[in-house]
Amino acid sequence: MILKLIIRNAFRHRLRTILTVAGVAIAILAFGMLRTLVGLWYLGVERSSATRLVTRNAISLIFPLPLSYKERIRRIPGVKSVSYGNWFGGIYIDEKHFFASEAMEARSFLELYPEFLLPPEQKEAFIRDRKGCIAGKKLAEMYGWKPGDLITLRGTIFPGQWEFVLRGVYRGAERSTEERALFFHWDYLNETLKKSSPRRADQVGFYMINVAKPEVAADVAQAVDRTFKNSLAETLTETEKAFQLGFASMTEAIMIAIQIVSYVVIVIIMVVAANTMAMTARERIAEYATLKTLGFGAVHIGAIIFGESMVISLLGGVLGVLLTFPAAHWIESELAQFFPYFSVSLSTVGLDLLIACCVGAVAGLFPTWRGATIRIADGLRRIG
Amino acid sequence: MAIPWSYSLRNLWTRRLTTVLTASGMALVVFVFAATLMLAEGLRQTLVATGSYDNVVVIRTSSNSEVQSGVERSQAAIVESLPEVATGADGRPLLDKEMVVLINLTKRGTTKPANVVIRGVGNASLALRPQVRMIAGRMPKPGSDEVIAGKSIAERFQGGGIGEQIRFGMRDWTVVGTFAAGATGFNSEIWGDVDQLMQAFRRPVYSSVLFRLRDSSEFERVKKSIESNPRLTLEAKRETRYYADQSEMMAKFLRILGLTLTVIFSLGAVIGAMITMYAAVANRVVEVGTLRALGFGKRSILAAFILESLLLGLSGGLLGVFCASFMQLTTISTMNWQTFAELAFSFSLTFGIIWKSLCFSLVMGFAGGLLPAVRAARMSIVEALRAT
Repeated sequence: MILKLIIRNAFRHRLRTILTVAGVAIAILAFGMLRTLVGLWYLGVERSSATRLVTRNAISLIFPLPLSYKERIRRIPGVKSVSYGNWFGGIYIDEKHFFASEAMEARSFLELYPEFLLPPEQKEAFIRDRKGCIAGKKLAEMYGWKPGDLITLRGTIFPGQWEFVLRGVYRGAERSTEERALFFHWDYLNETLKKSSPRRADQVGFYMINVAKPEVAADVAQAVDRTFKNSLAETLTETEKAFQLGFASMTEAIMIAIQIVSYVVIVIIMVVAANTMAMTARERIAEYATLKTLGFGAVHIGAIIFGESMVISLLGGVLGVLLTFPAAHWIESELAQFFPYFSVSLSTVGLDLLIACCVGAVAGLFPTWRGATIRIADGLRRIG
Repeated sequence: MAIPWSYSLRNLWTRRLTTVLTASGMALVVFVFAATLMLAEGLRQTLVATGSYDNVVVIRTSSNSEVQSGVERSQAAIVESLPEVATGADGRPLLDKEMVVLINLTKRGTTKPANVVIRGVGNASLALRPQVRMIAGRMPKPGSDEVIAGKSIAERFQGGGIGEQIRFGMRDWTVVGTFAAGATGFNSEIWGDVDQLMQAFRRPVYSSVLFRLRDSSEFERVKKSIESNPRLTLEAKRETRYYADQSEMMAKFLRILGLTLTVIFSLGAVIGAMITMYAAVANRVVEVGTLRALGFGKRSILAAFILESLLLGLSGGLLGVFCASFMQLTTISTMNWQTFAELAFSFSLTFGIIWKSLCFSLVMGFAGGLLPAVRAARMSIVEALRAT
């Protein structure tokens, strides 16, 4: 009986209800998108492995480490394999077409990153060709690259025009794996530097260390840093996760702002929903008084009002969640350049619905109290 | 004949709770709108103020920032000998060969590292940058392990205050002074003697050469003579242009983000206003009928309801701008993706932003009130009077 009354009541002012539901849906949609955006920021942190360590110069990332450190790191107990590379930061066509490009020691790098899946013959072809490079699937699709194509990058850190031959296109083992990067041989970079600026040759930007098991990661990190203490190039070794987190936290202020804003949108819609309910309850004060005269208790009246508020905001919430998925898909396909991976997590959906409930509860609170406590005579006397 | 505007005002007053709720919803949207504009404006002001129009920055070709750049000593000497470089009061060229690197420093009260710019400067650096002045302590002695820190570094980073020490390059550096540089990016830098820093970091090359033009109009000529010189692999930019390029990506990001958020949020607020105004019309059917019977035309009714909605929007807008003005007290400190360096800037409120925000709130009020007002205006007199 109450349920029927709630639903009927909710749709008495059809236009107003539709508008409110639409408002809640938009807010939930916006909230879900913003949360996914923030999550995306920390994606690099999530997809990092627990058995990989990154060693870099302790002063900061822009300082290199000597190549001679490789063997010394390899001798440290607990180290399974070592790879190394340089951030290249090449520009393809112009600055707008940005993607990650790195020079890597090819064989050990591919072993260290099993999530980059490369067909065996392409892998062989890449390793054999010093001017070869590999690119992620999404990157190759974006520019229509095929194995054998010549790719020219303009170096920002290492001056000049650099030519590479695409030897393979890798796929990510998981959906979240970075598929928009280009890797080429560190040897190619180094040999060229030996000719053009010998001072910068035989220097690597970072070492990547694979440890035998996650438990020894902390010990190995300390052992590496101790080895090079008080040398010309002191090192800082951290897990890949901490390394990525360090990067993400440098732009934390902006992410915090987005998070605050995502809650502001909820407050806005709470105000709108509260307004709707306040108006609804005010118009129906006489009805509630009548119901009370008929013998319905305060609890009944309260439940009717509160239920109506919940129905409206939950409808909006569900609609918002349903809209989130096509919207995320649209962003993933249309704005692939900025957001190659835009997927809504289950926890976001859960939070969406929880917030819809909160909005309903808060919006219904005051009218419920008014309706439940109004005195019959006052209610009947009142003219809407 | 027009309905007096006090009619609209009083209607809002009669239904105070609803008015306050709707207006505060709009105020929040205007707040977000104004805040993003203020942030973008703050960033712009910071970077524009950082450069001087008459100064020229010379960096290696196709390196986008000083940090990536490298200028050989011999190349710097060639630039120094150009006739277009201005001469200072002491008879030496107004030119500074600088080294710029990033180091990791920890923010006070946290363990989180951030990239901070260390700039090795020479004699002419202060003369080239009139915005920079010492506010405490003294300049570092040439040839010593002394540095000075920008205001936001001194406040926010461990070891940045006067008398404190920072360790890098296997040496301890004592901070002997704090400088302020208006609203510029230099506030987030640490300065020291260029030769000492090059020693400490084992870098035999400069990062950039900065000089004042003898005559501002000679920029094109000096640019051409630097970039066409086969002994130089350098490019020249006006300092203002250089800093604007540095923040292009960040400014674009803030602009797109702000625009998207505002559009989505304003949809919510317009819906809120629409609900309120529809209810206002529905409650007053008889009243509208009476007004029409008294001889007020459709147009007057339309105007009265739209005016009511506009007033609603305006009060929300005023409230939102009022709240947003307090954001000027906060400073955002984040990493600039293009330089990888820490950059601090604050929200900045201008008359243009106030004006835009209020217009925006009026537009929201208008959009929310139009349909309900049309409905009120189109009611037939007889039916309206018959309604209970």
